[in-house]
Amino acid sequence: MNAWIEKQKYLIDFTLSSLARRKAKNLGLLLVYTLIVFLLASVMLFTHALRQAATQVLAGAPEIVLQRMVAGRHDLIPPGYLERIGRIRGVQEKEGRLWGYYYDPVVKANYTFMVPNHQEIAAGTLFVGAGMARARGLAVGNLISFRSYSGQLFSFTIAGILPSDSELVSADLVLLSEADFRAFFEIAAGHFTDIALSVANPLEVRNIASKLAQQFPDARPILRAEILRTYESVFNWREGIVLALASLAILAFAILAWEKASGLSADEKREIGILKAIGWETGDVLKMKFWEGALISQAAFLIGYLAAYLHVFRFSSSLFAPVLKGWAVLYPRFELSPVIDGFQVATLFFFTVFPYAAATLVPIWRAAITDPDAVMRG
Amino acid sequence: MIELKDIHKAFNAGRENEFHALKGIDLHLPAQRVTAFRGPSGSGKTTLLSIIGCLSRPTSGRVRLGDRDISGLPERFLTDIRRQTFGFIFQQFNLIRGLSAQENVMLPAYPLGGHWRVLHERAERLLGDLRLSHRRAAAVEHLSGGEQQRVAIARALINDPQIIIADEPTANLDSALALEFMAILERLHGIGKTVILTSHDPLVVDSAIVHQVIDLRDGCIVPPPPGGNG
Amino acid sequence: MPVARRSHRALIALACAVSLVAASFADAAWLRQQRAAAGVRMGELVVQLQLTDLCLFTEARYTRHLSQADLHSAFQDHPLGLEHFPTGSLVPPPASLTAANERLDRETEVPD
Repeated sequence: MNAWIEKQKYLIDFTLSSLARRKAKNLGLLLVYTLIVFLLASVMLFTHALRQAATQVLAGAPEIVLQRMVAGRHDLIPPGYLERIGRIRGVQEKEGRLWGYYYDPVVKANYTFMVPNHQEIAAGTLFVGAGMARARGLAVGNLISFRSYSGQLFSFTIAGILPSDSELVSADLVLLSEADFRAFFEIAAGHFTDIALSVANPLEVRNIASKLAQQFPDARPILRAEILRTYESVFNWREGIVLALASLAILAFAILAWEKASGLSADEKREIGILKAIGWETGDVLKMKFWEGALISQAAFLIGYLAAYLHVFRFSSSLFAPVLKGWAVLYPRFELSPVIDGFQVATLFFFTVFPYAAATLVPIWRAAITDPDAVMRG
Repeated sequence: MIELKDIHKAFNAGRENEFHALKGIDLHLPAQRVTAFRGPSGSGKTTLLSIIGCLSRPTSGRVRLGDRDISGLPERFLTDIRRQTFGFIFQQFNLIRGLSAQENVMLPAYPLGGHWRVLHERAERLLGDLRLSHRRAAAVEHLSGGEQQRVAIARALINDPQIIIADEPTANLDSALALEFMAILERLHGIGKTVILTSHDPLVVDSAIVHQVIDLRDGCIVPPPPGGNG
Repeated sequence: MPVARRSHRALIALACAVSLVAASFADAAWLRQQRAAAGVRMGELVVQLQLTDLCLFTEARYTRHLSQADLHSAFQDHPLGLEHFPTGSLVPPPASLTAANERLDRETEVPD
């Protein structure tokens, strides 16, 4: 056993010495490889943690949201709908929601104006999301004016700022009273943006949704399950950023592997011949090369994964921010709870380490089965 | 020590370019002797050397090493015998470029998995014996021809083999270095090594250090003229 | 001195990396605890304000309220296919659209 360990250490000594001969090239290769792992692992950790956060946080979303559509567009719920819903059995609570978008030309940001149904807000005051407060430089007590879509100027006092650690759901929110909302957007009493419903028996949700669809052919029910499903599939592998990153990574991998697989130079072949002539077995040569692949790929995986972990959970995925932000001005500051899927990590390990090791070994295999006396003849 | 019986070696057997390098060699090589194979290129001396050194197997015939028939052994065992019994000094030295002299010397011992410190000291001693201590960390391609050959000799000795095999050892050396090599050869013989080499350099084959010269031509042994060397 | 051996240095470095990765899992557990309160607070806010979406993207209606996007918004196709097209994040908005917006920004103080 000791001899076995000692032998593996010798093989590692040799493989490292040979790698050290082309230090810049091999360090460059390790760097590229590490970067690939870093990118893949970052995406993987980020999307998984984000999906988990969405599932956890949105578990309390309305069970059913009823939206009205007119000519293929989201439209206001006219008066009378709420009362008609009351006649459907199984509906426990029904509330009209009032919310809408506002474009702020001062900072070129989009806000979500919303009337909370379970919180009293005094007329003329606002509660704003921390992201919005940051964008406008607002503090409690400040005054802010918005010009409404009708051209009229409205002034508000900031009554409070929503907790900054909840920016992931509230960064752009502007909460105001119902009266202010209706005056600002000129929405007549009795009209709502949509209707939030809760049902007595969770098993009845689909039944009630189909009853709603029957009774209100111009409306569309959105179930909480669908909301959760939407966020479960957000950032799946077919999606833009992820697909772009993954295909880049695969391409880079292909280049690495191709370089390895085709890159057995005459020098390397000669060296293998020398090693065999001075008493190395074919197996020793293969083990030595195995160690080369294993060391490089493990180092790349470990460093890449660690960097990705720090990036996503300690530095708030700052590299992704510009991508996720898109054309928006407001971007939430959030710290994801590090929920890590061990199976995903294992999959990443397998798909980054294994192909590289194989790509290192295969060409060597062909060279290593040559006759040891080739050196003498050559 | 080594006995060869009716050794044949054919390359590209069964093809158009079939070529018989050795055509029935019978030979006995005593232990602790210095034997030289002499002959023009293509005479089969290198092929014979590689069969003796277990680098290749004869197409037919028997090779006995000590009291063991090794001609039928599978490659694994041949490799094992090769690294324990033989040390090789190749014509082109065949050192691994980019590695230090010391690492090159230690290479044949790597698959054996011996204790590192012991191996390290042995390599140091060999380098010292061959006046290479000061060059131990230098990459071998930066060494002079003579130094490179001495590294190759140290490498051949690292596993303390009984038999040293040298293929045209002086072909790439000038006369002074060739004489130095002969001196090293004498020392090796002095410590009880068997040496088998190929050469057509008169400096080697006519030297008093060489006990036996075997002439080869066209894959056959040329019988020594009466009263000749050996 | 055995430390001078490349294999020892490499194996020690690798062992360090492995333990750092192991430490990252411990760190993750610690952070989960630290950040649990924020998660709970967000959950409460969602219930209280009847929120339906994460405020991750604020650039477009259909990404700000991804789950509420109407059927005929860009990138939507099927009543139950609530996710946007995979290419959604690969393509910027049409140039004519952004250009028009920029011009309006300069010309008017009144939001559109």
